[in-house]
Amino acid sequence: MDFLNALVMFANFVFLPGLAYGAQLALGALGITLVFGILRFSNFSHGDLMAFGTMITILVTWWLIGAGITLGPLPTALLALPIGIVGAILMSLAIDRLVFRFYRRQKSASIVLVMASVGVMFILNGIVRLIIGPNDQRFADGERFLITVREFREWTGLAEGLAIRLPVAITVVVAVVVVIALFWFLNYSRTGKAMRAYSDNEDLALLSGINPDKVVRVTWIIAAALATIAGVLYGLDKSFRPFTYFQLLLPMFAAAIVGGIGQPIGAIAGGFVVAFSEVTLTYAYRRVLEYMGFQPEGLVQLLSTEYKFAISFVILVIVLLIRPTGIFRGRVL
Amino acid sequence: MSFLIGENMTGGYGGADILHSCTIAVEKGEIAVIVGPNGAGKSTAMKAMFGMLGLREGQVRLGETDITTLSPQDRVKAGMGFVPQTSNVFVTMSVQENLEMGAYIRTDDFSDTMAQVFDLFPILKEKRKQPAGELSGGQRQQVAVGRALMTQPSVLMLDEPTAGVSPIVMDELFDRILDVAATGIAVMMVEQNARQALAIADRGYVLVQGRNRFTDTGEALLANPEVRASFLGG
Repeated sequence: MDFLNALVMFANFVFLPGLAYGAQLALGALGITLVFGILRFSNFSHGDLMAFGTMITILVTWWLIGAGITLGPLPTALLALPIGIVGAILMSLAIDRLVFRFYRRQKSASIVLVMASVGVMFILNGIVRLIIGPNDQRFADGERFLITVREFREWTGLAEGLAIRLPVAITVVVAVVVVIALFWFLNYSRTGKAMRAYSDNEDLALLSGINPDKVVRVTWIIAAALATIAGVLYGLDKSFRPFTYFQLLLPMFAAAIVGGIGQPIGAIAGGFVVAFSEVTLTYAYRRVLEYMGFQPEGLVQLLSTEYKFAISFVILVIVLLIRPTGIFRGRVL
Repeated sequence: MSFLIGENMTGGYGGADILHSCTIAVEKGEIAVIVGPNGAGKSTAMKAMFGMLGLREGQVRLGETDITTLSPQDRVKAGMGFVPQTSNVFVTMSVQENLEMGAYIRTDDFSDTMAQVFDLFPILKEKRKQPAGELSGGQRQQVAVGRALMTQPSVLMLDEPTAGVSPIVMDELFDRILDVAATGIAVMMVEQNARQALAIADRGYVLVQGRNRFTDTGEALLANPEVRASFLGG
C-alpha cells in the first residue's frame, strides 16, 4: 500500500507534469528542428513566435468569452486556437518575406541568419509586450480537473491522490494528434516528401524540380502552427508571460539538439528527455521516500527549481561534447 | 544535325575561361563519352550543356530548340536528365522515395516508369524500402541514374558514374547504360575510366585544356596510337 502511495505521488508530481511539459517542449522543438532542416539556421525567434501566436489566441479567447461563447467544460482557448495559428502563420510569412528571404537570396552564412533571427526575436518580443503587456495572463476557463485528488482517493482508498488536470490531458491528446498528423504529412504527402528531400540534399531537390519557395513557405506554416499550439498548451497548463516564453527557447533548443537537430522524431524524444530531467531533478522526494520506508532528513531535492534552466544547459553541453549528432543522428550545428 | 549539341562553347565560372570553343554532341540512342586528363574541363563541358555554367560564346541546342539561356530546372522540364558525380541521391529517403522525387515535376501517373526503372535495376526493387544512404556505392549510382530516368528524359547526362566503384560494378553499370541508350535515350557521360568507357561509346571526345583534341567513334579513338599513348596509358 505504501509503495502504491509512493507511486501515485510520483505520478502526480513528477510523471504527469513531466509528460505535459515534455509534450509542449516537443511541439516547440519540432518547429525549431524543421526550420533548421529546411532553412538551415537556428531560429532564435521561435520562442517569441510562440508568444505571439499565444497572445492572439488569448485576445480572441477573451473576446469570445466576452461575447458569451465558450466551450463549456473545455477551455475556450481551443476555439480561439485556429485564429492564433493563422495569426502566427501570417506573422512568420511576413517576417520571412521581409527579413530571412533577403539573406537566403544573398546565400548568407548560417550565422548571419541566426543573428537576423535574434533581431526578429527582439522585435516580436517588443510587439507582444506592447500589445498584451509583460505580466502574467491566465486564460484557462472551463473545468480544471478531469479527475480530482478527492475523487481518486475515494475511488482507490489510497492516502495519496492522483489529480489529472484538464490542461495536462488536453496537452497529451493534442500533442499525439498533431505529431501523428505531422509524421503522416512528412512521410506520405508529396509536399512533405519534397520537404524531406530539400532538407536532405538541396541541390538535388532543385534538380528534381522541387520549388524551394513553396518548401520554405510550408515550413514556416508548420513551424508557426506548432509553435502556437505548443504555446497555448503551455499557457493553459501554467500561465502566459512573454518572458517565460522567451526563456523556453533554451529547453526547446536543448530538446532539438539532444534528439538530433533536423530529425523530427528526435525533437519529440529530446522534449521528453529535457522535461523529465528538469522535473525529476528539481522535485523534493522526501514524502515519496517516506512511503518507501526511508526517513530522509532533508527534502531530498537534488536541485532547487531556480536551477531548472541550468539543467537544459548542462544537457546541451554534455550532448554537444559527447554526441554532437544527438540521439537520432541529426546534423552537427 | 545532332539531337543535343553544345557548339563552340566558351566560358567558365567567372574570371578565366575554362572551355575554349568546345563542341560536343550526341544522337538519340547513342552514347557519347567525354574523356581527357584531369583539369581538361570534361565536367565543366557537361555542366555547361546542362546550364550550370554561363556561356560567353556558343550555344546549346536540344532537338530544334536553342536552350542556351534555360536554367537547369527548365532543361529538366525540356527533357534532360542529369546525374551529378557526388551527392546524387537523397540519403535519408528510401529508394522508392528517391525515384518519386525524380518524378516530382510529373503530374501524371508514373508507376509504369518506376516499373521500367525496377526492370532495369532489379536490385532497387528488392531494396526499395531501404534508405538510399545504406546502399553500396554501385547501388547508389543505380538509384541516381534511376532518379534521373523518372522524368522520362530524352537525354541522360552522367558525371563520372563509375567514380569510386569496383571494376565489376563498373562493368555492370556500363551494361545498364547501354540498355538505357538502347531505349532511344541519348546518353552523354564524363569518364575517368577512359578505356572501358570508350569501348561502349558511339562517339568519343578527348578534351585537353577545354579544347576538342580528338573526336571520333569510341573504337577509332581506342585504336588511335596518339590517343593511346597520351591518354590511355599505351
